[in-house]
Amino acid sequence: MTPELFMEWSLDAAFVMVMVAIALAFVRLALGPTLHDRVVALDMMTVLIVAFCALYAIRNDDSAFLDIVIVLALVGFLATVALARFAERRLMMREERGEDIKEDRDD
Amino acid sequence: MIEVLTGITLLLGGFFALVAGWGIVKLPDVLTRMHASTKAGTLGSMLTLTAAALAFGEMSVVMRCLIGVIFLLLTAPIAAHMIGRAAARKQNYF
Repeated sequence: MTPELFMEWSLDAAFVMVMVAIALAFVRLALGPTLHDRVVALDMMTVLIVAFCALYAIRNDDSAFLDIVIVLALVGFLATVALARFAERRLMMREERGEDIKEDRDD
Repeated sequence: MIEVLTGITLLLGGFFALVAGWGIVKLPDVLTRMHASTKAGTLGSMLTLTAAALAFGEMSVVMRCLIGVIFLLLTAPIAAHMIGRAAARKQNYF
């Protein structure tokens, strides 16, 4: 097996593995019993799309996709932070109203 | 030689991404799922970016990959900290 052939093969294998990982994160996004599970799955999907863009840049020999990597790595965490603050603030409001926060609601 | 190194880094990155996906489906709890997604997922993305830097081998591309890795390392712990604090407060860990 020549080195070029090995790199082509491992590029295909890495594509398959990253796509399977994104699909598994999507399964957790659809199933996830609480809001926190869904936010964690969305955060992981952003990080895996960064890996996917890097793989696509290697495959097409086009370094422009690495700019998308930089933007996603910078901006991708903002949605997670916003959703986490939303969940925490809603929990604090329920605490102030004197509700039982241990009860199993979908949040 | 550089092709073999790139291929090994690609396989390692894909493997860690797959481990992260497996962990986020199989682990039982929000905090343990976050443990899988933040550590293994970020390591998989960093190894894939390293493979891109090795495959291109130009200075501008290497710097862009390095900036991507640094931004991932800066932002992933902040997101994990916020969602972990919200989840821990929900479960009355503190």
